[in-house]
Amino acid sequence: MELFKYKKPLALMSKSKRFGTVSLVMIIISLSLIFIKGFSYGIDFSGGTLIQVKYEGKAPIQKVREVISSDTVYKGATVTYFGSEDEIVIKTKVSSKKLGDDVGDKVRTLLKDTGNFKIRRVDMVGAKVGSELREKGIMSMLLAILGILIYVSFRFEWRFAVASVLALVHDVTITMGMLVLFSIEVNLDILAAILTILGYSLNDTIIVFDRIREGLNTIKNPNLATIIDESVTRTLSRTVLTSLTTFFVVLTLFMFGGEIIHGFSFTLLIGVIIGTYSSIFVASPILMWLGFSVSEYRLKEADKLKRQKEKDKMRAMYENGTM
Amino acid sequence: MKRLNFRIILFSFALIFGIVFSLPNFVSMKCNVKTGEVDKNATCGKKITLGLDLQGGLHMLLGVKSEVAIESRIKSMAATVKYLFDDEDIIFDDLRMVEGNKITFELLDKDEVPKAKALLKKELEGITINENALKFSLMMTPEEVTRTKQNAIRQAVDTIRNRLDAFGLAEPTVTKQGQDKILVEVPGIKTQADEQRIRELIARAAHLQLMAVDEGRASRVDSMSPQEAKSFGDVILSDVNTPEKYLVRAIPILDGSMLTDAKVGFDKNNQPVINFALNGQGAKIFGDFTGVSVGKRMAVVLDNKVYSAPNIRERIGGGHVQISGRFELSEAHDLAIALRSGALLAPVYVMEKRSVGPSLGADSIRSSTIALVIGFLLVVLFMVFYYAMAGVIANVALIGNLLLILAVMSLFGATLTLPGMAGIVLTVGMAVDANVIINERIRELLHQGKSIPKSIEDGYNNAFTAIWDANVTTLIAATVLYAYGTGAIKGFALTMSIGILASMLTAIVGTHGIYQWLLPKMSKKRINFWFGIKLEETK
Repeated sequence: MELFKYKKPLALMSKSKRFGTVSLVMIIISLSLIFIKGFSYGIDFSGGTLIQVKYEGKAPIQKVREVISSDTVYKGATVTYFGSEDEIVIKTKVSSKKLGDDVGDKVRTLLKDTGNFKIRRVDMVGAKVGSELREKGIMSMLLAILGILIYVSFRFEWRFAVASVLALVHDVTITMGMLVLFSIEVNLDILAAILTILGYSLNDTIIVFDRIREGLNTIKNPNLATIIDESVTRTLSRTVLTSLTTFFVVLTLFMFGGEIIHGFSFTLLIGVIIGTYSSIFVASPILMWLGFSVSEYRLKEADKLKRQKEKDKMRAMYENGTM
Repeated sequence: MKRLNFRIILFSFALIFGIVFSLPNFVSMKCNVKTGEVDKNATCGKKITLGLDLQGGLHMLLGVKSEVAIESRIKSMAATVKYLFDDEDIIFDDLRMVEGNKITFELLDKDEVPKAKALLKKELEGITINENALKFSLMMTPEEVTRTKQNAIRQAVDTIRNRLDAFGLAEPTVTKQGQDKILVEVPGIKTQADEQRIRELIARAAHLQLMAVDEGRASRVDSMSPQEAKSFGDVILSDVNTPEKYLVRAIPILDGSMLTDAKVGFDKNNQPVINFALNGQGAKIFGDFTGVSVGKRMAVVLDNKVYSAPNIRERIGGGHVQISGRFELSEAHDLAIALRSGALLAPVYVMEKRSVGPSLGADSIRSSTIALVIGFLLVVLFMVFYYAMAGVIANVALIGNLLLILAVMSLFGATLTLPGMAGIVLTVGMAVDANVIINERIRELLHQGKSIPKSIEDGYNNAFTAIWDANVTTLIAATVLYAYGTGAIKGFALTMSIGILASMLTAIVGTHGIYQWLLPKMSKKRINFWFGIKLEETK
C-alpha cells in the first residue's frame, strides 16, 4: 500500500507566511494562558500531600468531603474521583515532616466511618523538595536544548540549529498552553513527557533537515524555497507514517494505560500532533527567514572539499617521498 | 551475494542474547519458591526488579537535623568532664552548657589547673580550650563540627538500615543522597498501618539516658519554669504515660552509647519490659553512681520521656538495667530493635514520601501491559499492511528490540517503573521509525527504476545520516532526563535510551542483514509482495 505517491513537490514555502501566522497566534494564546491563568502545579512541584483511597463499591465522596473539611489540617483540601467512582483522591497543600503519624495516617482515622476502604497511595512532598524539583526540571530542559543546539550546529549549520530549537520552543510553548487550557496538573511525569516531546519533535525536524542538507548538494536549482519544498515533500510520507504509529501507541497508552499516567499520555498526545505540524510547516520556513543562503553554503562546502583534496594531495606527495 | 552475511550473524547473536537474558523474567516462578536460598541469582538468572510504584512499597527522602548531633556531642562531653574530674578528685563548680555548642566550668583550686588541662587534652578530641584565670570554656573545632555532622548522617544511614533489617523486611535499601539526605526504599509493605509502624521505627531516636533525679529540688518541680530549672543545671521531663513531671540533672549519668544489648522480657506481672546490658565502662559508671546514690531516684529516660524512676536501694553492679513502661508487645519489640541498633545521633525528618499499596501496583502493571500489547499489535499490523514483506522484516527487528531492552535491563538489574513501562511503549512507536525511513528510501529508489539490490544498498546509505542524527539528539534529551530526573523518571529515560541504542542494532543492522539474506529470492515481478508497491511499467 502506498498513501503518498510522489508526483510533484507541494508548494509549502509560498504559504509559509500563513503557517507562521497560525503558529504565532497559537503561541500568543498559549503564553497568555500560561501567564494569566498559570500552571496548576501538582504536589511534586508545589509540595503537599496526595492520598488515593479505593472503596469497596461507590465512594461516598460527599461524606468524605464533609469529614475532611471538618479537620483544620486539611483546610483547602480537594476531594475528587480518580478514574472510577470507587476511587477518590484527596489533595492538600499540607505536608508533615514527622515520620510517624503524618497527614496520610490521619486520613485513615478520619475516614474510619465512611465505609470499607483501602489507602492505595500516599505521596507527600515537602515544600523545599518541591522547589528543588522545579529548579531541576527547568535546568534539565535548558540543558537538553543546549546539548541539541551544539550537536545540530556541529552536524549541520548554526541556522539549522537555531531553526530546530525555535521549532522546539514553539512545540513546548503550545503544549504547555494546552496543559493550562485543560487544567492538567503539572508533576514530574508531565516534565518527562515534555522532554520526550522535545526529543520526538526534534527527531522529526532532523529528518526533514537531513533531506534539505542532501538536497542542497544534489538539487540543481539554487532557490532555497524549491529545495525545501522538494525535501519536505519527499519526507512527507515518512513524517506522517511515523507520527501515525507513535500516535497509535500514545493513544492506547492514554486509553488503557490507567489513570496514573493519564496526564503523561495526554501531554504526549498533544506533543505528537504539534511536533509533526512544526517539523513540516514551521522549522523549514524559519530556516528561510533566518537568511540561509544556498550559494554561500555551496561555496563553503566546495571550499571544504577543495581543502580536503589539497590535504590529500599533499599527504600523497609526502608519502611518495616527493616532498 | 553471500547468503550469510556479517549483519545477519550479528543480528542473530543479538536475538539469542535477547532471548537468553530476558527469559528469566518470563519463567521465574519455578525457583522463586525456595525463599531460603541466599544466592537467588545463581539459580534463577538475573531479573528486572520492579519499581516500588509497580510492586508496592515505601519510598522516602529523609533530611537529617545534624545540628542536634553537635548538641548531644557537647552534652556527652560535659558528662565525660564531670566523670573525669570526679574520678581524679579535681574540684570544680558551675559546669554547664552554653548556647548549645560550649561547655563552661570553673576550677576552685589554682594548683589543679595544669593537671585538669592535661587530663582534658588527653581524654577529649577536637576541642579548643579557652581559659580565663580559673574559668574554662571548651568548644568544638570547626573540623570536629563538620566531622560530627557527617558522622551523624553516616550513622543514621547505618542505624536505619540495621533497624529495617532487624524488622525482617525483604530487601530494604537505605542510601545517602547528596550531602545530607537519606533515601529509604522498602518494598513489599502490605497495609498503611504496617507502613506507619515502619516509619515510627525509623524515626525513633532511641536516645536512652540514665539521669539522676535532683532530689533536693524535686518537690518544687510543678511550679518551676524551664528557665529556672536550667539555672540549676536541671531539666524538667514528663512521664511517658502520666502527666507527672520529674526534675533531673541535665547532664546524664550515662547514655545509650554504652549499651551492648537490648531484649524484650517480661516482669513478674507478665508485662513486657526491655532488659538491656551495659558495656564494661558503662557498668562501672553505673555501679559507682548507684553506690553513692542509695536512697535517691534514678530516671530511665528514652527520647526525653521518663519511663520509670525507681529508688536506688543498693549498689547495682554487672550493668543490667530494665525499662518498664506499660508497653504493648509490638511496641516493646520495635523499641528493643531501635535500642540494639543504636540511637540516631541526629533526628531525621521527611522531605519526600511516596507509598504505593500492592493492589495499586498490580493495577498499574495490568493496565500498562494492556497498553503495551495493544500498541505493539497496532504497530505490527500497520507495518505489515503498509509495507507487506518489508513490514514483516521491520517487525522482526521490533521484537528483537523489545527482547534486547528486557535483556539489558535484566543484566544490569535495572528497575522497571511505571514511567519505564511508558518508555518501552513509546520506544515501540519510535523504533519502527528507522524502518519507515529506510523503507521509504528504498521505495523511492525503486520508483526511479533502480534494481532491487541497488535500491536496498542506496536506501540504507541515504537513510543512515538521518537516523543517526535523529537518534543522537533523542539520546541527548534522554541522557539529560536521566541525569536530572529522580526515581521513576530515571526509569523512563533509561528504557528509552536502551531502546534507542538497541534499535540501531536491530532496525538498521538487523533488517539490512535480512534483506541481504533474502535478496536472491526477490524479484521485481513480485515487488508488491516484497515492498508493498506497484511500479509503473511505462518507464
